[in-house]
Formats: sequence, structure tokens, C-alpha cells
Amino acid sequence: MSTVPSELKYVKTHEWIRDEGGGVVTVGITDHAQKLLGDLVFVELPEVGSQIQAESECAVVESVKAASDVYSPVTGEIIAVNADLADAPETINEDPYESGWLFKVQLADPEEYERLMDADAYIQLCAAENE
Amino acid sequence: MEQRTALYAEHLALGARMVPFGGWDMPLHYGSQLEEHRAVRRAAGVFDVSHMLAVDVRGAGAGPYLRRLLANDVARLRTPGKALYSCMLNPAGGVIDDLIVYFLADDAFRVVVNAGTAPKDLDWMTAQTGGVDVHLSPRRDLAMLAVQGPAARAAVLPLLDGALRDRAAALAPFVALADGDRLVARTGYTGEDGFELTLPNDAVVSLWRALLAAGVRPCGLGARDTLRLEAGMSLYGQDMDESVSPLESGLAWTVALDPPDRDFVGRAALESLRARGDLRRFVGLLLEDKGVLRAHQKVFAGDREIGEITSGGYAPTLDRSIALARVAGGVGDRCTVEVRGRRLAATVVKPPFARHGQALVGL
Repeated sequence: MSTVPSELKYVKTHEWIRDEGGGVVTVGITDHAQKLLGDLVFVELPEVGSQIQAESECAVVESVKAASDVYSPVTGEIIAVNADLADAPETINEDPYESGWLFKVQLADPEEYERLMDADAYIQLCAAENE
Repeated sequence: MEQRTALYAEHLALGARMVPFGGWDMPLHYGSQLEEHRAVRRAAGVFDVSHMLAVDVRGAGAGPYLRRLLANDVARLRTPGKALYSCMLNPAGGVIDDLIVYFLADDAFRVVVNAGTAPKDLDWMTAQTGGVDVHLSPRRDLAMLAVQGPAARAAVLPLLDGALRDRAAALAPFVALADGDRLVARTGYTGEDGFELTLPNDAVVSLWRALLAAGVRPCGLGARDTLRLEAGMSLYGQDMDESVSPLESGLAWTVALDPPDRDFVGRAALESLRARGDLRRFVGLLLEDKGVLRAHQKVFAGDREIGEITSGGYAPTLDRSIALARVAGGVGDRCTVEVRGRRLAATVVKPPFARHGQALVGL
């Protein structure tokens, strides 16, 4: 069974979002997503300073199996990316919610975080997908 | 409903991620494809390859039948047990399937074909038997395991019966020995040493468990694909199919044009292709940048599109992406590949990329 930390928010494209305070969130892909992808071998991240739109492609994770787009769960400016992933993409498989984070966003609308899916809703979404 | 091998319940019990492949429900991996790949390069792994079909070819006409059916020449097999890799062609020179044929006796051969193509292979093989004293028996009663890696033979040998064990220990590469319904072959699809074992379905679970107990790692189709790609081995349906000849699939070495009077199916078409010239080359690509090469990505020389990737992926042994590609004749030492909207630089190399645990291309 996949891990779904209760303190995080989620979107249906299987990204997680952590509130860091001050209108900043951290984004990664969920345990469920990394299991579906298999061993990750390459990660392409957005540039720091770029503007991203919710529900649009902003990064790529490639596994041994296939390339997969990462959709931004929020709208705002990229203020940091996890550069360690370039040489160690497997970190996402090993620790998707902590050291496997992808990027940090300064939200255009600080309220946006509150409108995202909570852990219970995400667990239901994954269960429905498995049926 | 996909078919299941005799090991289906074992795969589920090990937590395998199952995927449909060639009409069969097969393990993709048991947790980590990369770790399975490395286990085979460094120690030993076992693959359930029971989805592949063994077909016994028997009768006084078996040899002449196979000499007409296959692009490689079974007359090259003079010692019982010797194996030969061959393509089976259609009259246009396209590849119906690639296969291994084992010479067991003058009137007894065994052919092992791919899972997804097995029904059409059998139809084709049956259609070619007209007027020949040959009998085909598809053997769905048999299971097959591929045990591969530097430690594979040492893991298998203690599990074989006494007499069989000594003979198996003495097998040279690409030779098999038969013992009733069991076949032990020193063959594989990974670029490592090892055995491929054929045995009755009802005996395979205990052998599988014994191999795991001996420290052999269960490996899925994912690792099988990256291992064969590093070893520069072609995959049917991806690197070649009925629309392309072995001459443009890196498989010219498997086509026996000598003796010139052996009239095999597809021969005339291959000869006219050769006479026409301008054959596309089948090459290896080593990605210089970060990223992952995948099948169907376009290959360029300067601004000119010269072909496409047929198989690509991440090569764990090289920590680099590699590919097999079919390209126009004049390709140089370097090219670019269109990867997700960008042109990435690649070096053109001659496969294999890695075998026996070692990278074979300069990085």
C-alpha cells in the first residue's frame, strides 16, 4: 500500500504539496506515482524564476519504463529546485515526500493551497484508480 | 484474459508488478528493475520465460524442412545439443519471428519462439510442412527458466540430478543437453553466462523456489529488456518485424547465404535487396547528454532525418542512455536525436554496449 502523509495536500495528477508558510509550497510526486513509474533514471526540472500555471506541464520524470510529465499543482514562481536529483533521480523512489522533493513555488494566490485535495480525498482517488 | 504461466502464483506471492505481454500476464519487476538488472550483471537472476513456446520438430524430414524454413542453416549444427539463432522470414524477406533452434538428433530439433508471435509462427510453420516427413508439437506442457549472471551456473548445478549435473557442468556456450522432457542449455538473452532450463510445468515451482533459496534474484521483463539492450540483442516487434529484413536489423550475421543452392524462404528477396544496395544500417547510439532515448525517436545527421530509434532506454551498467537505431547508410560517428522536442547529441557505436558485467563502449 502506498504512503499518503496526512499533513500534505494533493492533486489528481499525483503530485503532493507541502505548505512551508509565507505563501511558499514544496511540490513532489506521490509514493503511489513513483511506484507506478518504477525506477526513476532522469529528472528535468523547471528553471528558478520561471512562472508556472496550475495544471500545466512543468517538469519531466523518466523511469526505466517511460517519460512522464509533472503537472504544476499551483500557479506562481519557481523559487527553488532540487538540484540533487540530477545525479540521484532514484531519491524520488526512495523518499518521495522528503529528500525526493522537486521544486518550491511562491504562490500567486496564497489561498490556493487551502483549496487543494486533502489526504483522505487522495486515498479515495487512488483506490478508485485501482478498481 | 491473459494466459498465465505455471509460476503465476509465485510471482504474485513475491509482489511482482504484473503486465500483459504477448498475450501473457507476466512480471515486469518485483520491486526494482534496476536492482534486478544489477543482480544479473554481478551475481545471478532468474526469469520466468515460460510464455515463450517450445515446438518440437521431428521426423526424417526435420533437417531439410528447417533448412528451407529458416534463414540460418541448421546444417551448421553437427553436434547434438548445439543451438542456433535464426530468423524465420516471409517470402518478401521480412522477419516473421526470431528464434533459437536446438539440434537434438538427426530427426529431432526443438525451436523456441516468442510468445506474442507463437500462434502465427505455428500457422506458418504448419503451412510449410506440405509433402515433408515432419511433425510439429507445440509444448505448452513445458516451463522455461532463464538463470543468468556470473553466479548463475554455480547456483543451478547443485539443483540438477547427479548424472545431468556433471554433463551440464561440462556444457560449452550455446550448447544444450536433453534428458527426457528436460533441457539444460547454456544460452540466454542478457549478455551474461547462465542456463536456460526447460522442464515440465509441474516441476517448475520447486526449481524456482530452490533457485530463490540459493540466492538467485527473481527478475522481470523490465530487467530482461535493459539487459538485452545493453548486450545489443534485438527484440522482435521492436527492432524488427515482418516489414523489415534481417539485413537492416543488425542480423545479417544470422543469414546463411552459403551454400548458394540452399533455397530458404525469403532468400530471393534478400539477394535482390543486397544487389540493390543502399541498405540502412542498424547501429548503437550512446547519448552524450542527460536524458533517455526511447523507441521511435527521430535520428538526425545535421538537419537531415536519417532514421529512427527502434529500442532505447537507460543502461544501468553505463549510467547513460543507449539505443538501437535503423539509419541511412552514410551515418558518421555522431548524430542527434529528437528527445521530447530537443535535439540531443549521441555517439554512433557498434553494439554490444555491455556484456559480462563490463561496459564495452568508451564513455
